[in-house]
Amino acid sequence: MANLLGKKIGMTQIFNENGDVVSVTVIEAGPCVVTQVKTEAKDGYRAIQVGFGQTKKITKPLAGHLKGLKARHLREFRVEKPEDFKVGQEIKVDVFKPGDIVEVAGVSIGKGFAGVIKRYHHARGPMTHGSKSHRIPGSIGAGTTPGRVIKGRPMPGRMGAVRVTVPSLRVVSIDTEKSLLLLNGAVPGKQGNLLLINRTSEAKADKGKK
Amino acid sequence: MGVIEDIEKSQMKKEIQPFKVGDTIKVFSKIIEGGKERSQGFEGIVIKRQGGGVGETFTVRKIVQGIGVERTFPLHSPKVEKISVLRSGKVRRAKLYYLRKRVGSQAIRVEEEKAAPASEAAKESA
Repeated sequence: MANLLGKKIGMTQIFNENGDVVSVTVIEAGPCVVTQVKTEAKDGYRAIQVGFGQTKKITKPLAGHLKGLKARHLREFRVEKPEDFKVGQEIKVDVFKPGDIVEVAGVSIGKGFAGVIKRYHHARGPMTHGSKSHRIPGSIGAGTTPGRVIKGRPMPGRMGAVRVTVPSLRVVSIDTEKSLLLLNGAVPGKQGNLLLINRTSEAKADKGKK
Repeated sequence: MGVIEDIEKSQMKKEIQPFKVGDTIKVFSKIIEGGKERSQGFEGIVIKRQGGGVGETFTVRKIVQGIGVERTFPLHSPKVEKISVLRSGKVRRAKLYYLRKRVGSQAIRVEEEKAAPASEAAKESA
């Protein structure tokens, strides 16, 4: 497993070795620093906590936890063997190589209070011929039987700004000098969004495709 | 910052044969056929240039056996090896979609750059 935190830079296109256009997302991935190693014996589960980015505003409790390490964002990754990692160890973008399959998690773009057409892809009502039901949700159920609205009924509400994981994105290329990771496809959120990048096994990636 | 710009710049061609909409050009593109690589030409009128930067594309239209054929190439693609301008045309539109409606000899008629009679120019913009 290889895990890294990153920042979304934006999207563009590149030409691959065949001369075909590949749309890519550019991510500033790492360098990250291991800030804590969590073991089964001590913490009850196996994980590493990694830090990414720099900030001057560190609270005293956080400074005590980091012990001089620099980090703006702290996130945990579950790992099989936390013994392989040491506190203070640096993880760079070269843990990935072109051709790897990764999954990327991040917070999606918030859409605010959205209606059912945007939120659940409902069909629109007629715009003319006396119809007033242009974008309304329509019927939300039958009458006396069942006498209630069924749970899970699609309704208007807050949309987006939730954690989304995109499975099976292919690593197109990496730039170790600038810590850049180029992935084939889109990732959640806007530019500057914090992303969690995991290498997935081939088998898992194939499952995600189906 | 300009990380994206740097990547795009590295993908773009340094030199591109200048051509514009209305020109008759021949595009030599690389194709792989039976494991072998060869160059294929496509000759016709440029009916549009679209997009900017690394994503810029252009569309070439020609008439094959009475049927209009259009092909769009990414300008910066390494598959597009060479572009040669055969005739430069004088047009008053950025997109020559009106050529699609034309039939017969009119379908490929675009006035040449130099010495354009007034009547012909009027026909162009119609």
